[in-house]
Amino acid sequence: MAVKTVIEAIREGMDEEMARDPSVFLIGEDVGNRGGVFLASDGLFKKYGELRVIDSPLAESCIVGVAIGAAVNGMKPIAEIQFADFIAPAMNQIIEEAARFSYRTAGDFNLPLVIRAPWGGGVHGALYHSQSIEATFGHIPGLKVVVPGTPADAKGLLKAAVRDPDPVLYLEHKRTYRLVKGEVPDGDRVVPIGKADVKRDGKDLSLIAYGLMLTYCLEAAEQLAAEGVSAEVLDLRTIKPIDQAAIVATARKTGKVLVVHEDNRFAGIAAEVMAIIMESAFDALDAPVMRLTGPDVPAMPFNQVLEEAFMPNVDKILAKARELAAY
Amino acid sequence: MALKTTEVEAKGGPSRHRSLGLSDEQALRIYEVMRLARAVDERMWLINRQGRAPFVISCQGQEGAQVGTAAALRPGHDWVAPYYRDAGVVLWFGMTARDQMLSFFARREDPNSGGRQMPGHFGSRKLHIVTGGSPVATQLLHAAGVALASKQRKEDAVTNVYFGEGSASQGDTHEAMNFAGIHKLAVVFICENNGYAISVPQSRQMAIANLADRAAGYGFPGVVVDGNDVLACYEVARQAVERARRGEGPTLIEAKTYRFTAHSSDDDDKRYRQAEEVAIWRQKDPIQRYARYLRDAGTLTDQREAEITDRVTVQVDEATEYAEQAPDPTPDDLTTFVYKQEVPS
Repeated sequence: MAVKTVIEAIREGMDEEMARDPSVFLIGEDVGNRGGVFLASDGLFKKYGELRVIDSPLAESCIVGVAIGAAVNGMKPIAEIQFADFIAPAMNQIIEEAARFSYRTAGDFNLPLVIRAPWGGGVHGALYHSQSIEATFGHIPGLKVVVPGTPADAKGLLKAAVRDPDPVLYLEHKRTYRLVKGEVPDGDRVVPIGKADVKRDGKDLSLIAYGLMLTYCLEAAEQLAAEGVSAEVLDLRTIKPIDQAAIVATARKTGKVLVVHEDNRFAGIAAEVMAIIMESAFDALDAPVMRLTGPDVPAMPFNQVLEEAFMPNVDKILAKARELAAY
Repeated sequence: MALKTTEVEAKGGPSRHRSLGLSDEQALRIYEVMRLARAVDERMWLINRQGRAPFVISCQGQEGAQVGTAAALRPGHDWVAPYYRDAGVVLWFGMTARDQMLSFFARREDPNSGGRQMPGHFGSRKLHIVTGGSPVATQLLHAAGVALASKQRKEDAVTNVYFGEGSASQGDTHEAMNFAGIHKLAVVFICENNGYAISVPQSRQMAIANLADRAAGYGFPGVVVDGNDVLACYEVARQAVERARRGEGPTLIEAKTYRFTAHSSDDDDKRYRQAEEVAIWRQKDPIQRYARYLRDAGTLTDQREAEITDRVTVQVDEATEYAEQAPDPTPDDLTTFVYKQEVPS
């Protein structure tokens, strides 16, 4: 096993899937000769050529709509939206078309389609290079939404997404690209969609997170341990379909749950996780389920003071976790 | 005023279909599919007005543009991405009157959608008919993608994509033509210009007389054709399909036509167009015009006409009877096929 960054793991995942299956191809803005603005596809254009690594015009609906058509005709496209913030022009194609192909044809059509989108803040990206979109798309039946937080999961879930027969929105947190390093198992390891993962065992309380917040929760758990609080950290990894069993299991185990995400609070993923716990683990709770989220403002501003005020961080997680532990 | 029979003849005389490479049988087959599309549609309106089914959306008046252009393709090899009026296209591509009626009555057995979509939302993987939803113009990008896949695999399949001139105002139309032009994809863009986006006339949709002019901006040819002259539609489509199959890229065909009915069974077209205008266009009915030509050519005899009428009537009757009595979906069908690979959660 070698230690890799998240961006290296994504690149390796795409490379291996393209080598394994000639129907896999990549389409998006700047993915070709440039190798992607984050270099996620660095080297793939040279290796696979212009028919399998396609620089699209600057048109998101085109990227997704063309990918849908190619998937209809036997291909397995990976469509890259350069920033999650720019996915809105493709929403008609994603929600009204891709997500409904199977349902509206009673299973006659299905779309093996991956839409990759870099998301999340903490990168001085301001309103339009920082957004979280998982709750918006998690609400849409017919889509699967994955949010890896480690290099191993990034690669394994990329492979799962490519091999899945349904449309998968693959969200990669920009801040984790080079910040988060970890061992990536050698060989063809697929991480199943729909399975959360306990990243740290604990008994006093549970921190439930994904993406960059997973890293922050693991750091917080380390400090909590020094304070004598044993925190379990559950990495959701998949938003849709969400792993209800894993959520209920950790809630029953510790009786105290804090859900953390940087997406807006209202009707966010935390609200769904809390509802699952209330429905299925109410009798095991020792405290109200808590959440720490981004505020209900449109997105995080460019100014650093305002960006930090928006983002959950280790200190904010610690403060909330101590409040929960004291219950 | 009625068109003279000589109008069609003037464009090539009584052997026009033969000069286009169509045998008498092929020419009659085109005629029969146009008749079938019309007859199914007329029956749907009848049933709707009797209160036995909630919704119709019509192909009437546009059958020439539909069947004429679809006839240039190889069903089973090539692809179509139709829009909701394209009954003539999908019947040519292998759908049946029964399929249409099952969809009309929203039965479980409806091959398009299992009774989930409104009528006119065609789709069949096996028949190479790309499924369509209700938001317009999305299918133009799907067609570009289907054609991209053909190019990636070095196959010579051609994709015809159909849309009304209303859809031409959508951004997806621009994005699809732009992408198809860049990559010289084997797509034929077929606009059935019926003059209205529900109630809004062409003059309030675009500042130009011919949508086909836009093709120049995408680097491929644009052609205007009389959409009510089925052989003219076949001719331009065949040229476009051959060009696409040679790898020379897309063509935009603008078929000028007209819809005889209101936009749908829920629309009242008297609010936005004159009865006289509809009457004038009914004189240009593509089916009647083609019948006159075929009779003048000696291809359509009284006996053949009677046989075709019999077959069409039997198909519509049997389809209606079968579909009306076919079972509805059950409440359990509500939650199936959200995904191909369901993941329990």
